[in-house]
Amino acid sequence: MDNTLSNTALTEPHGPRPKRLISTRNIVLYGFLIVAALYWLLPLYVMIITSLKGLPEIRMGNVFSPPVEITFAPWAKAWDSACTGLYCEGLKVGFWNSVKILIPSTIISITIASVNGYALSFWRFKGSEIFFTILLFGAFIPYQVMLYPLVIILRELHLFSSLGGVVLIHTIFGMPILTLLFRNYFASVPEELFKAARVDGAGFWRIFLQIMLPMSLPIFVVAIILQVTGIWNDFLFGIIYAGTHNFPMTVQLNNIVNSTQGVKEYNVNMAATLLTGLLPLIVYFISGKLFVRGIAAGAVKG
Amino acid sequence: MTSVAISDLSLSFGPVEVLKSLNLEVEEGEFVVLLGPSGCGKSTLLNCIAGLLDVTAGQIFIDGKNVTWEEPKDRGIGMVFQSYALYPQMSVEKNLSFGLRVAGLPKNEIIERVSRAAEILQIEPLLKRKPGALSGGQRQRVAIGRALVRDVNVFLFDEPLSNLDAKLRTDLRVELKRLHQRLGNTMIYVTHDQIEALTLADRIAIMKDGLIQQFDSPSNIYNNPHNRFVAGFIGSPGMNFLQGALVSEAGQWFFNAEGLRVPLSDYRFVHPPQEGQAVEFGLRPEHIVVGDASTTQPVTMQVDTELVEPMGADTVLWTNVAGHALTIRTDSESNVKTGDNINIGFNTARVSIFSENGERV
Repeated sequence: MDNTLSNTALTEPHGPRPKRLISTRNIVLYGFLIVAALYWLLPLYVMIITSLKGLPEIRMGNVFSPPVEITFAPWAKAWDSACTGLYCEGLKVGFWNSVKILIPSTIISITIASVNGYALSFWRFKGSEIFFTILLFGAFIPYQVMLYPLVIILRELHLFSSLGGVVLIHTIFGMPILTLLFRNYFASVPEELFKAARVDGAGFWRIFLQIMLPMSLPIFVVAIILQVTGIWNDFLFGIIYAGTHNFPMTVQLNNIVNSTQGVKEYNVNMAATLLTGLLPLIVYFISGKLFVRGIAAGAVKG
Repeated sequence: MTSVAISDLSLSFGPVEVLKSLNLEVEEGEFVVLLGPSGCGKSTLLNCIAGLLDVTAGQIFIDGKNVTWEEPKDRGIGMVFQSYALYPQMSVEKNLSFGLRVAGLPKNEIIERVSRAAEILQIEPLLKRKPGALSGGQRQRVAIGRALVRDVNVFLFDEPLSNLDAKLRTDLRVELKRLHQRLGNTMIYVTHDQIEALTLADRIAIMKDGLIQQFDSPSNIYNNPHNRFVAGFIGSPGMNFLQGALVSEAGQWFFNAEGLRVPLSDYRFVHPPQEGQAVEFGLRPEHIVVGDASTTQPVTMQVDTELVEPMGADTVLWTNVAGHALTIRTDSESNVKTGDNINIGFNTARVSIFSENGERV
């Protein structure tokens, strides 16, 4: 009797269920993931190797083969001396213009939107819901409709073709989505916390600055990522409202790549494109996890 | 002296009337519990007293001062919330002193008050910790401390124990009662837990649909409910209600139901009864005596046991008498089994009779 019991204990399932690393399911799953990843990485690979080749090597036509002789000259040219229209000063001008547009736009839009979201969640006033709906509606109006009216408005404000003008435009267009983001985040903060602070005698700004701000770091990170990548990648507003001297990097990139004079310098074009895309890429690499977490925390509740 | 007085208070959210011309007077040093089912307006009333909601009509007085339009901080109240509502980024010490810092009190005064509150609540070792590193009971203690440091006469509690587990709830309940004895402040306490209400309160205000149904001592609430709602709300298992009518015979009133006739010789009528009046006869499960002892009771009858629920300290019997369901609470020693026919008895001095509109007869 004892014998049979110990025998079955060995043969029948016992303890933790064994996990098999190599199963059909895993092979299919990881196989698909790897193929998909390679497919999406291929263009990046081509760009990088092309940017490191000299023009003669490119002319040989082996798009996928790695460079025989690595050269950084195309990168230097793209940054320093590539011709964008009339000037041949490279992308660096556009880079600094982009920075000058990016920093104030990000700071101003997030500051205003966070206060908006906070007020709309905790200090409801008569018509605040309608106000919020109108603001949200702004996110769904096609940009094309507003382009020309905004040109006129900026002209009247004497801000057309200036840094201030394009910053103002970015701040306005960031408002609906950012306000939604912050409102939803603050809506998930227990209302009792707000009530407790009011019983303690704190007012609008003190509650915002001392209680809400310290606990909303994740959503600020999300907002910063959204704005930094969004504004950096912007082309339309930059080309229309910034004016020739303030063209952001994206506009200059276009001018380099699409210039029709002379030889097409594929290596310089690739290097310029990579340089322009570098900042959003870095932002995504650093903040991927935070970004997903913040979006999940802020955007679900309506 | 009256500590908190509410006169004709109404509050509507659009077309929904949450509080309907409500009146309440709380004496100084009194522990008042607002008790009612969810949605009865008890938390709303507390928020109105705190000044966190604007009232539609009526007035609120605290310590004789009309505070209807005052900001929460100027009302002389401290408030404790169900979710503790501690500021997550601040240490316990900073949580306690936040209100005092806002008020711009001198530093040594703040330190003094915080250490006094921490000593009363025995949270001194926790002062440097963040709320996230505290257990539920400790958090609630800090939340109480935050009300304590404000040095106010009126404490408002909004279901402070509802988020705690059963054991801790009992412990903190006792602690709250001790705190009240020690401080002697006026306390207004909202809960939906009748045990909390009965154990803590000097007086209980039972609320339903934005109105106070009865404002009375716990024993009066339990023994002399003014209406059918209060009777049914207090007590677990709930009061038995039998449908029937009042009839008189030779100067003696009886409660008549199908197959049942109960002489009401010991019942004290509040309103003069009328012949044939349709009523509900309310009898608490714990007021029914089972077995041999039942013969000493003025009213006796036989019931069929349908279900036996042993609960440890006592046993609940679900029985049937002439088609009427009757719940009986008896001690756990009784050896009643399902299907038994048992003798029961009760005294009509302890029953409650309600007219059709729910008022006590």
